Amino acid sequence: MTAVYEAQARCEDIWETLLDSMLRIRYFENEVKALFGSGLVRGSTHLCQGQEATVVGACSRLRPGDMMASTYRGHGAVLATGASPTAAFAEILGRDPGLCGGKGGSMHFTDLTHGAIGSNAIVGAHLPIAVGAAFGAQHLKSGAVSLAFTGDGSTNIGAFHEALNLAGIWKLPVVIVIENNHYGEYSPLAATTPISALVDRAKSYGIRGEVVDGNDVLAVRNVVGEAFDRARDGNGPTLIEADTYRFEGHSRSDPGKYRPPGELESWLARDPIERFADLLKEREIAGTEIVEAHRQQVGAEIAAALQAAKAAPEPQPERLYEDVIG
Amino acid sequence: MIRELTYREAIASAIGDELEADPRTVFFGEDVGAAGGAFKSTVGLLERFGGERVRDTPISEQAIVGAAIGAAIAGLRPIAEIMFADFVGVCFDQIVNQLAKYRYMTAGQVRLPVTLRMANGAGAGFGAQHSQAAENWLINVPGLYLATPATAEDTYRILRTAVQCDDPVVVFEHKNLFGLKGTIDSTAPVLPVGKADVVRSGEHVTVVATQQMRHRAVEAAEELAAEGIHIEVIDPRWLTPFDDAAVVASLQKTSRLLVVQEGPAPGGWAGALVARLCAHHFELFDAPPRLLTSPFTPVPYSGVLEDAWLPSAPDVADCCRELLKY
Repeated sequence: MTAVYEAQARCEDIWETLLDSMLRIRYFENEVKALFGSGLVRGSTHLCQGQEATVVGACSRLRPGDMMASTYRGHGAVLATGASPTAAFAEILGRDPGLCGGKGGSMHFTDLTHGAIGSNAIVGAHLPIAVGAAFGAQHLKSGAVSLAFTGDGSTNIGAFHEALNLAGIWKLPVVIVIENNHYGEYSPLAATTPISALVDRAKSYGIRGEVVDGNDVLAVRNVVGEAFDRARDGNGPTLIEADTYRFEGHSRSDPGKYRPPGELESWLARDPIERFADLLKEREIAGTEIVEAHRQQVGAEIAAALQAAKAAPEPQPERLYEDVIG
Repeated sequence: MIRELTYREAIASAIGDELEADPRTVFFGEDVGAAGGAFKSTVGLLERFGGERVRDTPISEQAIVGAAIGAAIAGLRPIAEIMFADFVGVCFDQIVNQLAKYRYMTAGQVRLPVTLRMANGAGAGFGAQHSQAAENWLINVPGLYLATPATAEDTYRILRTAVQCDDPVVVFEHKNLFGLKGTIDSTAPVLPVGKADVVRSGEHVTVVATQQMRHRAVEAAEELAAEGIHIEVIDPRWLTPFDDAAVVASLQKTSRLLVVQEGPAPGGWAGALVARLCAHHFELFDAPPRLLTSPFTPVPYSGVLEDAWLPSAPDVADCCRELLKY
């Protein structure tokens, strides 16, 4: 690790942002779970609880003008860019002031004002788009980078390979973070993928690969920070494999019964939020009471956001016809 | 500037004029640069604009379309080439689920000024996987403009309209028309989307046809004129949006309709046009509207078989004579 990243790993200046962001996602999705249980979420929804450190650590490196594309498990990634929880709740409820005017839903959170260029419900389809965004940034010499999250399952779809190859040959400023939660929908990685280190995919495209503990928010922040620096300096893309775990099933219709006994418990013991709280305590940056105050404050923020979203109006019927074309 | 150009040269001319007009415009695809295109329709562009703006890509259609989407999000106005329209099959997701829906799903946060060009159609002996008229694959996808230019003049003007359009346009360039000559006026005003061309006036039968079929309809018109039968030939030029009004105006004179479509009938623009006109203008018909299409088979390789597959000028003339029996 370079000196500058060691310094940032001390995190005195950023810990509150990282902690609050992870708490915001956790509490947001607790409410989404409850909304789904009450029948207020149409279709399905895919929770990222347990994976908060990966998206928060990576998105903490975004600057204005950078772009971030995510998967349908994208609540965390989009909230981590700074998108409004009220607008996010409103989107899930299909309301007019939702992030996408109620036309996208849980799987399509998009907020261009924060660089969140889209959450995609087709596995891997956002990767060529993220690579294209990086091409745009390179061509315009804007200095921006393009960040994409993608699941372990997406490493077996064609778009992943086409995207990485193009990123490699054009040396584009794109950083792709594989959120390896060890399951592609209901199937364990080993049942679908003949290699265990997904980062090895990088080699065949001439791309630098990195592995990181995806439940360690500072480690993710560091490895992504270095990758962004390389990208901004014209040194091309990086593929990062972040080792993490989703606490919930694939979607709300999946109770996750395919998990071997004890697996979930072992990952709950590595809860990224609790690990970060422990680290703050160990390093005497913030004690239990201070962290608890953050929990209370973010909890209240999420409760208020939900209340505001529930009071928001439904879209007018004529919105159906808007923003198709022309 | 006014020049005599072929359909093929009109393509390079339009792309060149758009690259000249707007620095945000870029052009990429397989072998479009150094090789000047598989059909030599982009010769000279790399030399004129350089490798930053005219780029050869890997053989990766998903990455090509995705890169165009991402680059558009980042602020460019990409022109992307899919070498043969048949290859829409390997990037269908990027066109249908991504390019066409991005604006709608994000409630207008994103608009995609993307032009997708592809070589279309049968008659040149390329066999079943390189000869399809692919426009009907995209006809029921909201969010795309579809253009099917039949002449060098229309190809030039439609391509310029497409690149200047803030929404996605798919331009089908018919590979059996590349040698057609025309007079290109680079100062002519931009052609509006969805405007049909009344190619030939007549009062007995309205014949609607695109691309290669339009030329065969004109050939049939010559043959019929010798018999005192005057058909009106309408080239819609755009399939989405479709200029129904032009056809209705013609039917008011002729009361007889023949729609000629290269490609099988099921799920096509020709059948959809007849359905709309019957539903809304039934009173205009003195004879049952007639479809003349290719049979419901793949495109065969043999010259004899391919000729039989394509509706011919005599087929058009026969259908018109049949219609006049009512």
